[in-house]
Amino acid sequence: MTKAELVELIAQGSGLSKKDTGVVVDLILENISRALCEGDKVELRGFGSFKVKERRSRKARNPRTGASVDVPSKLVPYFKASNELKALVDGPSSRGTSAPAAQ
Amino acid sequence: MTKQDIVEDIALRTGLTKKEVAEAVELFLKKIGEALAEGKHLEIRGFGTFKVKERKARMARNPRTGEAVPVPERRVPVFKVSKVLKDRVALT
Repeated sequence: MTKAELVELIAQGSGLSKKDTGVVVDLILENISRALCEGDKVELRGFGSFKVKERRSRKARNPRTGASVDVPSKLVPYFKASNELKALVDGPSSRGTSAPAAQ
Repeated sequence: MTKQDIVEDIALRTGLTKKEVAEAVELFLKKIGEALAEGKHLEIRGFGTFKVKERKARMARNPRTGEAVPVPERRVPVFKVSKVLKDRVALT
């Protein structure tokens, strides 16, 4: 699925025009991206959360020359799916008996 | 940041009502979830890709009792951050 197809589905469901829906979708993505750039986390109930983790600086090697290179510490964004989304994706068929069922 | 914050920002910037924006935001999340549940991938340029990965069945241990427990195979949603977004976050 592409962003255009997603916009189409949202427009059908919301009654907003495709143009307005496209703007809203871009702004959702922009809001999430901006929050992550500021080191903020984004929690979307029932869906998941976007957060930023710090990767420590480390020494790596250039595989071609064998020279040691310093890799500085950096911030990396990641997504953690909510239990609801995990349950939805896994489907009812393969849900384990030991795992607590999500709503 | 929460859904509420995103809805308010978008309503302010577009002139759409908060109700209209909130509905679109909910549908955005719902439709992504549904696509993943159908096993579809969603690629958003400059942001990232939502995918479904298969996890094989494995044996795990109950850490309290030490008892071996089978974990059935399952499908999990994953998000791969685009290089554009990764670089943007790393540089700030």
